[in-house]
Amino acid sequence: MSVSAPPTGLPRLLAGVSGTGALSLARHLEIHGPLPAVERRRAHSALALVNELERSGLRGRGGAAFPAATKVSAVAAARGRAIVVANGCEGEPMSLKDRLLLERVPHLVLDGALVAAHAVEATDVLIAVDESATRAVDAIERAVRERPELGRGGSRVQLATVPSGYVTGQESAVLSFLGGGPAKPMAMSAPIYRCGLKGRPTLVSNVETLAHMALIGRHGGNWFRTLGAHGAPGSTLVTVGGAVAHPGVFEIETGTEVASLVQAAGGATGELQAFLLGGYAGTWVPADVGWQLALSPEGLHEAGAALGAGVVFALPSSACAVSEIAFVARWLSGQSAGQCGPCVYGLDAVATGLDQVRAGAAGEGALGRITRWASLAGGRGACAHPDGAASFIISATHVFAAELADHARRGPCARCAQRHVLPTPAAPARRAA
Amino acid sequence: MSLALASTVGPSAYWYLTRSTGTMALILLTLSVVLGVIDVGRYTTARMPRFVVDGMHRSVSLLAVVFLVLHIVTAALDSFASIPLIDAIVPFVGSYRPLWLGLGAASLDLMLAVVITSLARRRLGYRSWRAVHWLAYASWPLALLHTLGTGSDVKAGWMIAISGGCLAAVLFAVIVRAAAGWPGQVRLRTTALGLAVFFSGGVALWLPSGPLGAGWAQRSGTPSSLLHHTTKRSRG
Amino acid sequence: MSRLHINWIACEAHGMCAELLPERITLDDWGYPIIDGRPIPAELEAHARRAAEACPTFALALEKARRR
Repeated sequence: MSVSAPPTGLPRLLAGVSGTGALSLARHLEIHGPLPAVERRRAHSALALVNELERSGLRGRGGAAFPAATKVSAVAAARGRAIVVANGCEGEPMSLKDRLLLERVPHLVLDGALVAAHAVEATDVLIAVDESATRAVDAIERAVRERPELGRGGSRVQLATVPSGYVTGQESAVLSFLGGGPAKPMAMSAPIYRCGLKGRPTLVSNVETLAHMALIGRHGGNWFRTLGAHGAPGSTLVTVGGAVAHPGVFEIETGTEVASLVQAAGGATGELQAFLLGGYAGTWVPADVGWQLALSPEGLHEAGAALGAGVVFALPSSACAVSEIAFVARWLSGQSAGQCGPCVYGLDAVATGLDQVRAGAAGEGALGRITRWASLAGGRGACAHPDGAASFIISATHVFAAELADHARRGPCARCAQRHVLPTPAAPARRAA
Repeated sequence: MSLALASTVGPSAYWYLTRSTGTMALILLTLSVVLGVIDVGRYTTARMPRFVVDGMHRSVSLLAVVFLVLHIVTAALDSFASIPLIDAIVPFVGSYRPLWLGLGAASLDLMLAVVITSLARRRLGYRSWRAVHWLAYASWPLALLHTLGTGSDVKAGWMIAISGGCLAAVLFAVIVRAAAGWPGQVRLRTTALGLAVFFSGGVALWLPSGPLGAGWAQRSGTPSSLLHHTTKRSRG
Repeated sequence: MSRLHINWIACEAHGMCAELLPERITLDDWGYPIIDGRPIPAELEAHARRAAEACPTFALALEKARRR
């Protein structure tokens, strides 16, 4: 299956990325070689692709870490002409990886979408991008124009821009918008792989997942496994932020320790109190625990964490954790699509409670109430937003228990008025490169 | 009582039945509106859980329709005014007090829309059902105007009391309904309140010179052939 | 065995489900249902169906357990 020499080690997705600007089609083909030609007996080669995906053990890189082969098989087995939606609507404020892929290696993302389309025999491919990510939008548009053969091979490729927002990038929210409705999560009566966009079987896949598929399609599933942890192999993109010298997106093999990653990002710029793993739907871990954690599902599972959208944020000791948490909790409450009572009221109560704790105005048992409200919100909504927020809040109440108790007793601290380090963008988000 | 007997000797049983079932229908419709407001307002006590209020609202509404059907059938069967059945559904085409009877027909049409959509609500989906259900608020004032305009007993004290009581109950229900959720959608609520108060005041002002005034039977469009009967048969 | 399923977007916290199936449904601080996720045993089946039918917004459904 491999036409050009498969890369050993890293980088894989970010191979050839330097300076600014996207890799041209010529450069892309130079680095990765061409995609293997589509065999005439389509169904047979589609099955072969699914087998390679299975062998690779690739898990989704959009946050849910669902096995890619399972998803693809389900869509392939469903009746009707399938659609592939490449989800590049990175709603997580701390994550920059999807944007980076779209801006710098658009052809890799397009290849991945084509591989997926071939595996499910899709006739339509939509690349969904945040409308405010203008560089990414331009890069994809140019890349599609550079490849006039797209559309002749049986799959039509189109770019679709989606409104910015935290929950607007959720699977069903993207489909709702693409189907002409609001960019809000939908209550699905049938699973997306059977009945998604326009009632057709739909494969919604994160752009990083598709980028990996582009390489698996060239070099095979076994090659994919040559890097990374056994249970969830391969390489993965992680956005490192916070108190590190050179924040940004790094490609690591799964299982890399947080300490190595921070070192690659130039090291910590000061003493750290905690790490946030996975973004705002993720989990806090104390710094001393976090350093040795291996960034893989098994490695993080013991600490009750997950890689999520591939985010590692280092919170410096100089920041007021309580003030940061309270501010983000209010932001998360505001990001609710406003459709489900438990999320709307629960997250609002949590945010108000945390602010009262920060100001020292909370009553007896406030933290207990906050934890209860947060955990009640989880699992009782049309999407996983309240679940993610609950994870963020509840892990914070454990990691920052002392600071929270302190504020509850004595009110705001000297560091409360500092500028916040955790990003809470107002829509539409403006992001740096 | 046979039809023939009814037509030759004074007011027939059907005439009494149509008046009584009509009055009952008005009372039940009023009760239905009140229960509907309690239902959507989610007022509940330990003895009156929400599912009971909801069930009562549906049952009372259906019972109102039953009485309404009896009211229409008996009116059609009664030979005095010879009101054809079609006049019950198509408003304003009849010869007997066309405007006031027609208001009853219009009210019935709205109610039929509400009832049919409610029976088929699972098929329709919540939003469509809800949109049609608002028509219920429009059907009630039409029913009251019909009662006052065509009702033969409207000058009687007990009928004024019943009509007044029903009007007060619905006015109160609308005030409660409009107030719940204030100040959200202020304009909509203010308009609804304004309409309700305006309607109530208007009816109160109109009654003395209207149905309670002299010669109403003629003014309301009773066919002249029936007019000399009315002094004996009814007080309208 | 059946399970209760809620459409959280449709749910408007009317609370009739909790009145009709208190064995499996309680209400949170804002009137929204907290569903006990265990399968509905045969003796509660009729009550569960009644609770689902009473929901004014059709948010509650009783689903037969499916084998995936």
